[in-house]
Amino acid sequence: MEKELYQHHLNMNRRRFLSRMSLGIGSVALGSLLIPDLFSGKETEEAVLQRLPHFAPKAKRIIYLFQNGAPSQLDLFDYKPMLNERFGEDLPASIRMGQRLTGMTADQSKFPLAGSTFKFAQYGQARAWISELLPHTAGVVDDICFVKSIFTEAINHDPALTFFQTGAQVGNRPSMGAWLSYGLGSENMNLPAYCVLLSKGRGNGQGVYSKLWTNGFLDSVHQGVQFSSGENPVLYLNNQEAITKMDRRSMLDQLAALNNENFKAFGDPEINAKVQQYEMAYRMQTAVPEVTDLSKEPESIVKLYGPDCLVPGTYAANCLLARKLSENGVRFVQLYHQGWDGHGNLPGEIRGQAMDTDQASAALITDLKQRGLLDETLVIWGGEFGRTNYCQGPLTRDNYGRDHHPRCFTIWMAGGGVKPGVYGETDEFGYNIVQNPVHVNDFHATVLHLMGLDHERLTFKHLGRRYRLTDVAGTVVKDIIA
Amino acid sequence: MRRKILVAVCSLIVAAIAFTACLNSAEGGLSDTGNISYNYHVRPILSDKCFKCHGPDQNKLEAGLRLDLPEFAFAPLKETKGAYALVPGKPEESELFKRVISTDPNYIMPTPGSHLGALSPEEIAVLKKWIEQGAEYEPHWAFVKPEKQELPKLKSDLAKNEIDYFILARLKEKGLSMNEEADKERLLKRVSLDLTGLPPDEALIDRFLNDKSENAYEKLVETLLATPQYGEKMAVHWMDVARYADSYGYQDDNIRTQWPWRDWVIKAFNENMPYDQFVTWQMAGDLLPNATKEQVLATAFFRNHKYTEEGGVIPEEYRIEYVLDKTKTYTKGLLGLTAECAQCHDHKYDPISQKDYFSLFAFFNNTYEVGYEGDVSVSKPAKNPILTLSNEELQSTLSFINREDTSSLSVSVMGELDTIRPTYVLNRGVYDHPTERVQPMALPVVMKYDTVQLPRNRLGLAKWTVDKSNPLTARVFVNQLWQEFFGKGLVKTSGDFGMQGELPSHPELLDWLAVDFMEHNWDIKYIIKKIVSSNTYRQSARVSEKALEKDPENIYLSHAPRTRLKAEFVRDLVLSSSGLLVKKIGGPSVKPYQPAGLWESATSGRGELATYKQDKGEKLYRRGLYTFIKLTVPPPSMILFDASNRDQCEVTRLQTNTPLQALAMMNDPTILEGSRVFAQKLIGANKDAQTNIETAFRRILCRTPEKEELSILTRYHKEQLELFRAGQLDAKATLKVGEYPQDPKLDPVEQAALMKTINLMYNMEEAIVKS
Repeated sequence: MEKELYQHHLNMNRRRFLSRMSLGIGSVALGSLLIPDLFSGKETEEAVLQRLPHFAPKAKRIIYLFQNGAPSQLDLFDYKPMLNERFGEDLPASIRMGQRLTGMTADQSKFPLAGSTFKFAQYGQARAWISELLPHTAGVVDDICFVKSIFTEAINHDPALTFFQTGAQVGNRPSMGAWLSYGLGSENMNLPAYCVLLSKGRGNGQGVYSKLWTNGFLDSVHQGVQFSSGENPVLYLNNQEAITKMDRRSMLDQLAALNNENFKAFGDPEINAKVQQYEMAYRMQTAVPEVTDLSKEPESIVKLYGPDCLVPGTYAANCLLARKLSENGVRFVQLYHQGWDGHGNLPGEIRGQAMDTDQASAALITDLKQRGLLDETLVIWGGEFGRTNYCQGPLTRDNYGRDHHPRCFTIWMAGGGVKPGVYGETDEFGYNIVQNPVHVNDFHATVLHLMGLDHERLTFKHLGRRYRLTDVAGTVVKDIIA
Repeated sequence: MRRKILVAVCSLIVAAIAFTACLNSAEGGLSDTGNISYNYHVRPILSDKCFKCHGPDQNKLEAGLRLDLPEFAFAPLKETKGAYALVPGKPEESELFKRVISTDPNYIMPTPGSHLGALSPEEIAVLKKWIEQGAEYEPHWAFVKPEKQELPKLKSDLAKNEIDYFILARLKEKGLSMNEEADKERLLKRVSLDLTGLPPDEALIDRFLNDKSENAYEKLVETLLATPQYGEKMAVHWMDVARYADSYGYQDDNIRTQWPWRDWVIKAFNENMPYDQFVTWQMAGDLLPNATKEQVLATAFFRNHKYTEEGGVIPEEYRIEYVLDKTKTYTKGLLGLTAECAQCHDHKYDPISQKDYFSLFAFFNNTYEVGYEGDVSVSKPAKNPILTLSNEELQSTLSFINREDTSSLSVSVMGELDTIRPTYVLNRGVYDHPTERVQPMALPVVMKYDTVQLPRNRLGLAKWTVDKSNPLTARVFVNQLWQEFFGKGLVKTSGDFGMQGELPSHPELLDWLAVDFMEHNWDIKYIIKKIVSSNTYRQSARVSEKALEKDPENIYLSHAPRTRLKAEFVRDLVLSSSGLLVKKIGGPSVKPYQPAGLWESATSGRGELATYKQDKGEKLYRRGLYTFIKLTVPPPSMILFDASNRDQCEVTRLQTNTPLQALAMMNDPTILEGSRVFAQKLIGANKDAQTNIETAFRRILCRTPEKEELSILTRYHKEQLELFRAGQLDAKATLKVGEYPQDPKLDPVEQAALMKTINLMYNMEEAIVKS
């Protein structure tokens, strides 16, 4: 802890030094990269210092495995035998309590309870319930904190996703990763602080949108940069095939000479800044392919994540890539995996989704752990809301669909200073929270806290108002912090 | 009574301050004369540090104390008997002052828990002096009708028109001066990019350089303003304001047809439609007597926002969302106010109550639009109310709409219900929590809405908006124009003229321009001509050490700002200089080169836009403003260069400088192809290499290269030639970029070497910067 703080002070001093030197050509790259806002000239040193870690962080980096479309908590984690016992019975009004429904089931005359068709068992010290769909996750239970009582306000995908990512259902607000990049800067000179990876399962898909990784009103250096494994990991990264590394170097040297002529004539420091951005681009051209090249991973790693991890664009490949990016100092790696929107034919779809994601999610934890990185890396797994305990469409014993359910669902977190165990509880219908509700704002406050940031102090003044990731609410869930 | 006098006196004070102000938003110190202005010195502090709990928000009022209005601030404190927040003339008896200087955590203001931070010694000094001088309040500057002040008296050869007097006067106070006019070449590039979004072609360069007449520049400006490209240039900003996009947004994000509105905007700018009319048509064209289809089309302005086609949504939730978006676009884009705070609660900083907000909202709440027309499987190019344009109309009165075939078009527009839909204040802004019913009413803090003269519908609101007594409309638009030319507005927060917004750097100039604009019948080209004719605009961009030290942000404009081109114009510059540009105006948006897989990896798989079907032929070479905007995956080359993602009304763009931009400049096929085709065309014209390099330089940088620059480029070109010739680099592979046909008769080695040299020029910092 003391060492941590000391390092932060060191960093602060370095930043102070660099900011003073920010017109000097050599230091610009370094200064700008670590704290991009200093470089843009839009902020004072004081403003930047004010939001540096407010206290010693538990976690340094985040990998967020977003399960896009909303996985059914009732078929994965939230075991409710009552739903099987009362199979097909109408959801009692006393439980529903007038809760609003989506347009998809609002016209249903009945809300028949649908118990999960999957078998559940308890695992680990916390005796956490996990369904048979997630055998690998069951194997790493002792590293996981299950939050079974998270809830949201939105009932449709777009606003719910936007809420989770930006703290607001509408509006072009900065996303979590952008806030962290803004608050903490980057750890790596040659990679963006915030990287985004996309993949798709076989289930019913909901699109993702680039506004989910937007910088909003923050400087665009905080925008999530979309990465992929495979040939062209970052947009426009690759030179034309006919251009050699040496050739690019020579071009950049001439470019710097030309720009320098212009600097001599105009004296605008932006000209030098531009030269430095080209140099950073050049370094990225080497650094990024090194990180994203999964072909050199040893057999044991491939085995751990599963053979899919060598197929670019799969969830498994993205988990492995996430580990590599994170290991290289990327502050926030955001994955999105589509296909969890089980309105109909849920058992079939979720089986496929689980097959695509279970092994790699668990492998990521194991892999980080074996590298000694789990302590400082927070892994988050979860969707944008939960699914209903009643059936959407026709119900049979082994087939059903579930509608959106914002009132309760399960997410899990691992590493990064989180205490393993089970937190929160829903009622026996799996419809309402009975213990320790966690609102999305609370979740954000907690994540920022783990990163050493006070969610009430990490603000940005835009158009006359100080904005926060947690808007005007949020309480840190201290009970899940180790 | 006292208040009335106060207001009258205050208007004078504002004027006086405007004239003598030695302070501005960039500083916080005391003025030379020691006179404290509430507007310029005090309110920024109170607003930032106090109003959150002691401001207009009635529900969050702490200790019953309101500091934004004098009648409350001077009243006895409710919770501390015998004490007053403010005692004019006596800071030591004023509770406010006692608390801001306190160190007792239980007593100090702002409270530690507010995270607003303690006041700085300068701020405390300002408050002290203000109270000593009588603690006079003034109405917020932006809500007072602008008036033309006399020009500052000064003599300078540098002053070309009124603008310069204001700028020079302030510079003088700062111990700075203005640069001389820029050299002709750079000035030409600047004004050409600013008025048309395109660099000058060689013919124009030659003509202007050889025109030795005294009014050569004025003639140039006239020429540029008369080109149809002027309308395209202006449209880009307005498309940001109107959050124009080619898709519906939200998760399935299907295609829609709003581009005929964009074609209308271009036409309106080109015809120099007066701004009051431009606004009226867009706000309420459908309500004008005997409205023409063109007038109705203009109202598509309010229909450009996102529409959900997600299955299962609750229609009313989204209908309300759409009305909120319209209200927001109106307030931010046209009035320069961020009123949406008042959606959930009384505004914390500006005197806009939640009731005021929903009264404004009521104007937009009366169309026959519905919240949901079905999911993506039944998606149509427009949603009700729909304007249908027949083939016949498109051939005659609406021929400015550049459609592709003879089929009719449908566009989403505004259309009023025959009855009044009741509007309620929505508790916390939530659609299913209506409380008190309200009637349509404009924001009272801005200007009174005369319900005898004005109908209580959008047309009435439009008339209120462009009333010459409205203190905001002209200021806000003139400020947006200023921003187009100088990179930032006279009010830096172009979208917030409210109390938390930045104060104008040159309030008297802003007011002068706003009034002049209205006096000249809201003539946009007139005011643009005024701006670009000033020496402030025409001066060189050279920065002196002194200026850099005294005014690093160049707020006072001691030199012309060097600003990077907007994303669209980066593309235009490359296409135009290389000769690839297809100068067609308008039509359906196009899909040029884009890195593979972007749409595919983010789609739900539904709708017409699940996969990116790149266009062919001339559609690859249209101007940036025609690039197809799919809201969920906006064009990456645009986003990288800070274009708006069109999710919301935006009035400013960031100006960043990132490595990803460098990568795009080096590797985007558009730029590589531009370099190749440029080389191909030059070599085809049979000139020697040196001439080709110079010509390319002139077209890209719009000036003659300096000796040293030319020698660097020539050397690089020679090296490249040798490397290609020796086979160390592969010429044919280098040329393999883009779909524009190659010329097999030309020597690939020569072409490749020149292509690389041209690409180097495109990557020069100056290429995409106005300087």
